[in-house]
Amino acid sequence: MTHETEPQAMEARAGWDICLEHLQAGYPGRVVLHDISAQFPSGAITAVLGESGCGKSTLLRHLIGLSRPMAGKILYGGRDFFDLPQAYFRRIRRRFGVLFQDGALLGSLTLAENVALPLGEHTKLPAALLRETAMRTLELVGLRDFADYYPHELSGGMRKRGGLARAIVTEPPVLFCDEPTSGLDPINAAQMDQLLLDMKMLYPSMTLVVVTHDLASVRRIADHVILVREGGVGFAGTVEALEASEDAYLRRFMDRIPNSEQGLLTAQPVDARVRSALDEWLKR
Amino acid sequence: MKVLVWLGSWALSLLNTLGSFFIFFVDGIRHIFTTPKMAPKVIRQMYAIGVQSLFVIVLIGLFTGMVLGLQGYYVLVKFGSTGFLGAAVSLTLVRELGPVLTAIMLAGRAGSAMTAEIGVMRITDQIDALEVMDIPGMGYLVAPRFLAAVLVFPLLTSIFDVVGIFGGYLTGVQLLGIGEGIYFGRIAASLTATDIWEGFIKSLVFALLMTLICCRQGYFAHLRKDGRGPEAVANATTSAVVISCVAVLVADYVVTSSMLR
Repeated sequence: MTHETEPQAMEARAGWDICLEHLQAGYPGRVVLHDISAQFPSGAITAVLGESGCGKSTLLRHLIGLSRPMAGKILYGGRDFFDLPQAYFRRIRRRFGVLFQDGALLGSLTLAENVALPLGEHTKLPAALLRETAMRTLELVGLRDFADYYPHELSGGMRKRGGLARAIVTEPPVLFCDEPTSGLDPINAAQMDQLLLDMKMLYPSMTLVVVTHDLASVRRIADHVILVREGGVGFAGTVEALEASEDAYLRRFMDRIPNSEQGLLTAQPVDARVRSALDEWLKR
Repeated sequence: MKVLVWLGSWALSLLNTLGSFFIFFVDGIRHIFTTPKMAPKVIRQMYAIGVQSLFVIVLIGLFTGMVLGLQGYYVLVKFGSTGFLGAAVSLTLVRELGPVLTAIMLAGRAGSAMTAEIGVMRITDQIDALEVMDIPGMGYLVAPRFLAAVLVFPLLTSIFDVVGIFGGYLTGVQLLGIGEGIYFGRIAASLTATDIWEGFIKSLVFALLMTLICCRQGYFAHLRKDGRGPEAVANATTSAVVISCVAVLVADYVVTSSMLR
């Protein structure tokens, strides 16, 4: 194996830019993404937008190497990720930090143990230093006081912030976030956005990929947008270009206009038989 | 023709399942040697499988021994050979009931917990999170359980045997009046190292079988066709316990018949 595939060499040559070439992806018997070609620039925040169920999370699973593409390529620093030998594939993936939708913290470990987990498993650092590093990282996401709580004792927003702390504790050059603001109240969502912007400021060369459908969040944090539509790329460019687009679909998407101007609920969903059964139940 | 097609597909699916069990087993064993910092993980699992099951093993062992003492006495008294009660209780426990009942109890208590825990981790993306952190799920979750079970099963089986012999003593000697010296003398005279080895080998085989089945059911809970999400975990847990118990009994026959040759 040549040194070309060494992660350090890749980083030095092309940074951590990600390129998709005619990616076809999905699950056995179902193609979700038909043909995706796009670029995720190194050192920028790229938001992956799209309607619910359009394949954003499927795309993310492929980007982080949890699923193999059906066809096409995912290139990291110019090298086909899935064409690398297993050892190199793993060495590239070590450079990823991933925030899963619900944080995916291990339920049997405390928050601090979760955050220290990747360091503890891969290094010989003493327990005290691991704990100190975990506490410093938790401080960054505002969870220092909750270090000894178990994930089930935390709110959804705290679990997400905890997941972010675990994702960044190894200072990865590439950070993926799956729906970081979904299910959060406006204040917590804004705080999560701010955290991602802080990440960007703290690690200027970090490549951030944020899968979301939160437009307010996109407007606040994204440098670059990829909109997934009908299994392909509906738009790729800057947020400003997306805002200025005259395309009817993009306008509907950005201005939150429903597909039909008429009301969708044209008739009551329950008929008289169901209504009378419900009334009877309510009287009981 | 339809029968042939059915038989063919059944045979292929059986081979496929056996093959995947074998691959899972080999992968789990391989990770015992390649996973860093194995000791704390194994100790944690030894606590979960061993210490937390101790009470139930002692309880079942005691009552099994007491029932054996009672039943044995009323059979032997017909032949005027109640003096053999100690030998009958100890041989039955050490060679057969000790390893089998311990394995079945552990499948119900520790095995179901293993499947449920790994299954929940699977459906809540925790195993994916481990993989992305370059921590193989097989090394972090399965290999320590294999090793812990292999260490703990023989210990718990030994405790079951000893407590069971004490249970037989309670009914045979204290309740029904057999001489204490006769009870223990017959045990010392009839129980050989081969009997103890047979029980030991059985407990090792059952440990590997139960852990393999329970871990695999949890690890692939997301691929089940009979349910999704929590329902899949529930079904996987039920299957794990049932398959483990059946496998233990089948393996018991195979090991016994091969050792009696």
